[in-house]
Amino acid sequence: MSTSQVKKVPYLLTTPGVLFFALLLGAPMVMTFLLSLHSYDFNTGIQTDWTIANYIEVLGDPYFQKIFARTFGLSLLVTVICILIGVPEAYVLSRLSSKWRSIFLLIVLGPLLISVVVRTLGWALFFGGNGVLTMISQALGFGDEPVSLMFTFTGMTIALVHVLVPFMVISVWASLQKIDPQSEDAGLSLGASKMTVLRRITLPQAMPGILSGSIIVFALTASAFATPAIIGGRRLKVVATAAYDEYLSTLNWPLGAAIAVILLLANILIIVSYNKVIERRFANIFE
Amino acid sequence: MSFLKFESLTKKFGDFVAVRDMSLDIEKGEFISLLGPSGCGKTTTLQMVAGLLTPTSGKISLDGKDITETPPNERGLGIVFQTYALFPHMTAIENVSFGLEMRGVAKAERIERASNALEQVKLGQFMNRYPKQMSGGQRQRVALARALVIGPPVLLLDEPLSNLDAKLREEMRLELRILQQDIGVTTVLVTHDQEEALSMSDRIVVMKQGDISQIAAPLELYERPTNTFVSDFVGKTNLLKGEVTDNNQVSVNGIKFEVDTKMHKQGTRIDLSIRPEKFRMSNDKKGQEVRVDASIFLGASWLYSVSSDLGQLFVTQPNTGTAGYSKGDIAWLDWQKGALTLFEEAAS
Repeated sequence: MSTSQVKKVPYLLTTPGVLFFALLLGAPMVMTFLLSLHSYDFNTGIQTDWTIANYIEVLGDPYFQKIFARTFGLSLLVTVICILIGVPEAYVLSRLSSKWRSIFLLIVLGPLLISVVVRTLGWALFFGGNGVLTMISQALGFGDEPVSLMFTFTGMTIALVHVLVPFMVISVWASLQKIDPQSEDAGLSLGASKMTVLRRITLPQAMPGILSGSIIVFALTASAFATPAIIGGRRLKVVATAAYDEYLSTLNWPLGAAIAVILLLANILIIVSYNKVIERRFANIFE
Repeated sequence: MSFLKFESLTKKFGDFVAVRDMSLDIEKGEFISLLGPSGCGKTTTLQMVAGLLTPTSGKISLDGKDITETPPNERGLGIVFQTYALFPHMTAIENVSFGLEMRGVAKAERIERASNALEQVKLGQFMNRYPKQMSGGQRQRVALARALVIGPPVLLLDEPLSNLDAKLREEMRLELRILQQDIGVTTVLVTHDQEEALSMSDRIVVMKQGDISQIAAPLELYERPTNTFVSDFVGKTNLLKGEVTDNNQVSVNGIKFEVDTKMHKQGTRIDLSIRPEKFRMSNDKKGQEVRVDASIFLGASWLYSVSSDLGQLFVTQPNTGTAGYSKGDIAWLDWQKGALTLFEEAAS
């Protein structure tokens, strides 16, 4: 092959991938964005004009502001809980013998292997007014009142944490794998207790994993649809379910598109700036 | 009285015996090397001293106190790990002052002592660098400063130079030895590199499959190894198989050697060891006739591979500024009687 032919190879090899994403991701996104710039009339449907009225409406309406705030709060809370559960879990996992590790890894990954609808309906059975939770509470003598977490923020949080913890565990586990086990021995030999070694030596080195796990969990929560739709229902809308309702209940596609675009931009803004902060903090330390 | 003492130290992993019944007395200020091939138990021994492994049986005592059961963070020993094991999220000075912080030293004093330690290893201007921003040699010095700054009674070095390139390794050997003698810290070095052990140690403990093979000062170890394993592992040597034939004679491939055989009975199978540099190679037809098969110039010396009635031999001759022998040349090898070392052939 000549030099110019060799230079073309990478482009040729990536062409199918690029086409795939351009067609299936790029095109719908551009179309959604264009759609969001039209106005909507309840009698005549989507208009051909160009306007930013939809954006003004979403950003100005306290109803939508509340939905955005709820989504942000939910994402933050789920991320924090995933850190609290996932980091110790990953640490324990990294200390197990390889036989036990593969068994526990399977358990950790379990939620990801089950269809989102099945899993979420499972939680609905558990959380519902005559569900397992109520039965337990009644059996333990906490009164006959049904205990329901359906359509509650708590229920939504629990169900989302359940499915997103694996992402945190794997991310943290990967960075724990990179730690030189001798650096912990070095900490001990310098007089640090095991707790101090964990806090001062191990955890800081796992930080890149915790931070990247947080990004994944945050982004997935902010755009989660199925779990909030089933557990949160109409009463507790998040941005994704609100956009869905605008499309399919109100039929106001342009407004739904505007909501979707704002969610995307907000997500990108938060993740990119978070990433910048991480890079600045850790660029010199980890590769 | 010895400073660091091992008494019948044994470590088993399941059925595998990593270290067997090892006893050793190390004097205060002494530089001891544990030398052996991988799997000989040297690192296991070091980890038992460090407290990172608990002996299956036996006792370790330091300055008269039994420390066998003392956890590693209460032993106060300085350790330089093979991978250096620096804390990647801390700068050089933070790494070095960590041990002082754990000892409750006030911040101002800790910074001063850590800076001095870094100056001592010539890293004064790199204090605020992260490990990733430093070269292998610099990281190695940080690790050394970190281990020494706490004023440890014993310094443990686990193959500290094995990750450095050859030139730097030689420089660091010398530097490390000078520093160790200046401070006077008792040091235990684990290494598989016989040159490293020979160049730095007061005494060398050669280990093989969990046992001590020989303990001796470097020169004695090199000149008077007590078994075939040591003579082959420490330095290069030519090992010839032969038999004691007469009072002062052994024979190798039918060729008779004059040696001092008073320890060996007639007919005993023996290994005969002669170091490549103990030969004198010449054209004066004295000694054993050989033919040169290969000739390698090493700068300070020539290395020859020669064949003879004794078999294949390696010969090293100093470079005297004139051309050496080349392939196909015929030459004669001569040696002193004292250059030969005899071992009874191992039973195995």
